[in-house]
Amino acid sequence: MNRFNTHIIPVEFEYHEPRTIREALELLARWGEDAKILAGGTDLLVQMKMRRVEPKCVINIKRIPELDYIREGPAGVRIGAATRLRRLERSGAIKRLFPALHRAIGWMASVQVRNMATIGGNLCNASPAADTAPPLMVYGARVKLASVSGERTLPLEDFFTGPGQTAMRPGEMLTEIWIPRQPEGTGSAFIKVARTAMDLAKVNVAVALTLKGWSAFNVRIALGSVAPTPMRAREAEAALEGRPPTEGLLRRVGDIASEEIRPITDVRSTAEYRREVTKVIVADALRKALGMVRVGGGVG
Amino acid sequence: MTEPRVIRFRLNGEWVQLGVAPNELLINVLRERLHLTGTKYWCGIGECGGCTVLLDGEPVLSCLTLAVDVDGREITTIEGLATGEDDLTPLQRAFIEEGAIQCGFCTPGFILTAQALLRENPNPTEEEIREYVRGNLCRCTGYVNIVRAIKRAASEAAKSRRPGPAAGAASG
Ligand SMILES: Cc1cc2nc3c(=O)[nH]c(=O)nc-3n(C[C@H](O)[C@H](O)[C@H](O)COP(=O)(O)OP(=O)(O)OC[C@H]3O[C@@H](n4cnc5c(N)ncnc54)[C@H](O)[C@@H]3O)c2cc1C
Ligand code: FES
Ligand code: FES
Repeated sequence: MNRFNTHIIPVEFEYHEPRTIREALELLARWGEDAKILAGGTDLLVQMKMRRVEPKCVINIKRIPELDYIREGPAGVRIGAATRLRRLERSGAIKRLFPALHRAIGWMASVQVRNMATIGGNLCNASPAADTAPPLMVYGARVKLASVSGERTLPLEDFFTGPGQTAMRPGEMLTEIWIPRQPEGTGSAFIKVARTAMDLAKVNVAVALTLKGWSAFNVRIALGSVAPTPMRAREAEAALEGRPPTEGLLRRVGDIASEEIRPITDVRSTAEYRREVTKVIVADALRKALGMVRVGGGVG
Repeated sequence: MTEPRVIRFRLNGEWVQLGVAPNELLINVLRERLHLTGTKYWCGIGECGGCTVLLDGEPVLSCLTLAVDVDGREITTIEGLATGEDDLTPLQRAFIEEGAIQCGFCTPGFILTAQALLRENPNPTEEEIREYVRGNLCRCTGYVNIVRAIKRAASEAAKSRRPGPAAGAASG
């Protein structure tokens, strides 16, 4: 059987275009595992062309207005799962409040892909390299999952369970991403190392920290492409928590993160390279985040 | 419902209506059913930009777009920009004048992408141009002339917006 790219989609399916979340959930309940949600299609259609997935039913969620929004509130920002990356890139609120996420999105793929692709699709595809995952994790984002029997929310960290695997149960879909406002004095940054501007990451990292006096608090470091899922480097975070971010300490934090990750060798990179580069980019990202605190004026 | 659905969309300014199967890609509908072969099929997986069309004015990839998904929307292909050699757009002229076309396979995608760029940002820097067209591959020109052509179209547009000696914008 053909497992290669073709100029057609060699799979036949029923196609639905629900206008409300309710309708989409009813379709999901009816079709179960035979259905696939289509958002931007930039992952799904590639996989269908190669027959890696062969859904019997495709549910296009792009015509559901209640899944496409960016809402800034006092506690944080809510983003509809089918909001396109390009819209997030253009959002003043995202740029101002969550610069690491803004940077990660602007760095992804191409303008064409960002015009099509959605943030929910990036998360639900659950690639270990998904670029929006590390920044959303360091900001403490939560995701809302819905099914015909109700809704639940969970921290994004608990959403990823393996490569291509998420905590979504059959019949559930992602409807919203919520990102809390960060405390005064917070700086954050994102760095990606890739073969070319268009490629998925060899390693990506996001960090966030809050400066109080001379010390760093709420230190969060998340990495992608270095383990089966995007991951927090908790030992590295703990090494910096509550301490002054001296140059020597930032380098040590990079070294600790490099010990914590569980990289593999694949087409994009070797495990050894991933470990080496992690040391450098974790420390770099922390330096950048500290610079962002000053730019933001949160701390003198 | 794997049988055809009737869709209606505006293609280069005119409404078209046709039946498409759910698994038909926009690129195949454009090239094989509507015989608009300016849109190029190249990689098929989103990496080259050769199949770029404008969807409601924004560049997207027709190789990763289901035809059913453009129902009610507006599509512009390279055929929609000019009717012949006499009414080429400033970008099209600049591509010819700067030698930005060799085999020409990548050209429709580049021109549509660059058109969206100039609409958003009429006076882009070289870096902004390179950033915006990074999803468009060219295996012939080495990009230098393409970037120069986009710059030239931008500065000509600036000149025609501000007749007379406009400082800065008229260089190149
Ligand atoms: C050329 C190219 C370059 C790329 N570069 C990058 C890159 O640099 N970084 C990166 O991270 N990714 C990259 N990608 C991958 C892809 O573009 C992103 O992952 C994108 O965000 C996917 O979003 P989508 O809306 O297109 O998802 P789709 O393809 O529509 O969906 C992806 C998966 O998620 C499921 N899904 C989508 N929405 C929901 C929902 N709301 N609820 C439940 N399930 C859902 C679908 O069923 C499918 O399984 C690239 C892709 C291409 C083609
Ligand atoms: S053919 Fe569509 S991006 Fe290459
Ligand atoms: S001119 Fe030949 S691919 Fe660009």
